[in-house]
Amino acid sequence: MSKPVVATASLAGCFGCHMSVLDIDDRILQLIDLVEFNKSPVDDIKTFTKTCDIGIIEGGCCNSENVENLKEFRKHCKILISLGECAIMGGLPAMRNGIPVKECMEEAYYNCPTIDKNDPKIMPNDDELPMILDRVYPLHEIVKIDYYLPGCPPRADLIWEALVALITGKELSLPYEVLKFD
Amino acid sequence: MSRKITIEPVTRVEGHGKVTIHMDDAGKVSQTRFHIVEFRGFERFAQGRPYWEMPVLVQRLCGICPVSHHLAAAKAIDVIAGAGTGEGLTPTGEKMRRLMHYGQMFQSHALHFFHLVSPDLLFGADGDPAIRNVIGVALMHKDLAVQGVMMRKFGQEIILATAGKKIHGTGAIPGGINKNLSVAERDSFLKGADPLNIEKMVSWAQGALDFFKDYHSKNKELIDDFAVFPSNHLSLVRKDGALDLYHGVLRAVDTDGKKILNDVDYQDYLTYIGEEVRSWSYMKFPYLKSLGKEKGWYTVGPLARLNTADFIPTPLAQKEFEIYKAYTKGKVNNMSMHMHWARLIELLHSAEVIRDLLNDKDLQGDNLVAKGPKKKEGVGLVEAPRGTLFHHYRVNDNDQVEMANLIVSTTNNNEPMNQAVNYVANWAFNGKKEITEGMMNRVEMAIRAYDPCLSCATHALGQMPLEIELLGAGGIMLDRKRR
Ligand code: SF4
Repeated sequence: MSKPVVATASLAGCFGCHMSVLDIDDRILQLIDLVEFNKSPVDDIKTFTKTCDIGIIEGGCCNSENVENLKEFRKHCKILISLGECAIMGGLPAMRNGIPVKECMEEAYYNCPTIDKNDPKIMPNDDELPMILDRVYPLHEIVKIDYYLPGCPPRADLIWEALVALITGKELSLPYEVLKFD
Repeated sequence: MSRKITIEPVTRVEGHGKVTIHMDDAGKVSQTRFHIVEFRGFERFAQGRPYWEMPVLVQRLCGICPVSHHLAAAKAIDVIAGAGTGEGLTPTGEKMRRLMHYGQMFQSHALHFFHLVSPDLLFGADGDPAIRNVIGVALMHKDLAVQGVMMRKFGQEIILATAGKKIHGTGAIPGGINKNLSVAERDSFLKGADPLNIEKMVSWAQGALDFFKDYHSKNKELIDDFAVFPSNHLSLVRKDGALDLYHGVLRAVDTDGKKILNDVDYQDYLTYIGEEVRSWSYMKFPYLKSLGKEKGWYTVGPLARLNTADFIPTPLAQKEFEIYKAYTKGKVNNMSMHMHWARLIELLHSAEVIRDLLNDKDLQGDNLVAKGPKKKEGVGLVEAPRGTLFHHYRVNDNDQVEMANLIVSTTNNNEPMNQAVNYVANWAFNGKKEITEGMMNRVEMAIRAYDPCLSCATHALGQMPLEIELLGAGGIMLDRKRR
């Protein structure tokens, strides 16, 4: 049997969830033996070159690019996993959800104390910059998600156990301590 | 016909970067821009939150070096809680935080070297991108991969023991720390089974440095001549001029080594530092007010720190510092690729500092928190792995944050990264009609030297992906390459 194919992405996340994957430490060498990586920052494959078995996504959607990227993943992955708070609920970036985007921008670019009050008021606005969404959306509001791994970030042991269970079909045994929401 | 070239690293961390290169009618580079296309809005949504939440909230802006944000925020709220700026803490509080910080520095610098730089050194800058990544290293140089993994693990375990979690911990609280280091924890780092003990870490750090120096002696041109341009440099230094990554005064030197910011108190940073907004990037452009927007930009990070500091207060790293300094005859070092060398000297220094701290009885003390008369406003600074990090908060009578201002390391390096890209564009793209792999690679290398947070994880895990578009007048696509 050929190795299961895995793809990963970071949308509006902090990359902490990917770092937590690295925290499986030397088991990373086993992981490389167990699976084949496709589109992922891990190996720099930029576009899907085949259908993947498992897609793992960190971060919610805060701009239009995130949404496109997520839909691509749904199209190419048989199983899609929301990894961490941001993917599951929007996380820290979603703290802006009750506030109009305009106010957030004004605070950063007009009211900021390091900006010279005599400067002309400038707001970043360029064709090269993507559109910011009205609020930050969790993944399952945009596409169907198959599994959720909680934590900010999810503990390395949780990620490892879940992946091994998925790949080998073994039943998941999760000690209480690794299931956390912080 | 004028053209525009777009280079787009598609992956993001704290942001998502993109390079555009405009060519004039004669096919010469007329303008280059490095855009940051990510926006979070933290300054606004922090408002109304209780100030003690800041150290646990802000670190979630960046999971690559969360400890830096955790501690910069904690130092700012120390001031608000009346615990002073750095010196006010109890010895246990201050030293536990230092241990956490140097543990972070150690794991971050190790990750950077083994996962990012070593693939280039092992497979060559023009090696096959398919294997020139950390998986390639793991498959073909297993011993080196294991070293990288174990050094990162050691640093992460230190963070776990001081902050409570490897990523997004809760150790630092207003005025101090919420736990000390138990004797069992200490001994696990001092006498852990091979390789997970501090002596091994010191010797591996020395080994990484020797590996780099050997490479340098055989590849002088690449390391010495690439993306070299005059810059000012800024960092914290200890009051006596020593390298200090946790606390100190602000110092800046110009390209001739003249002090242009003379060991000032960072609580007054608004007097010295300003920021400019440019319409084409979500990231602001900081500058030294005394020199103005044009000339006042500066570099931060390992290169800058070894330019501002007078010496390194641990013996092995000091010896390496002397060799490094002698290479430029004591002058200011503006060679972008020497950032890697400086980073490895800091890696060795961090291991030595961790060793000293572990042998310090103060870590088992139980006076954890200092308090004093409350204040309304506080500024916190640390030297993060990638450079100086500023946090500034003001609170109202209900202890709610009223104003938050952050200048992160990558923002401080905004203009230098633009300068580096401009340097490479002028050197590689002038008069060219097609994009070659080599040209893409050069741009990537220039940005990577700064280890910007927007792509540092990408770097850590593999190669930065690039997309380049050549656009003719009217936006017609002439050429497009992606990898
Ligand atoms: S869930 Fe936490 S660790 Fe993961 S991306 Fe979001 S903030 Fe970062």
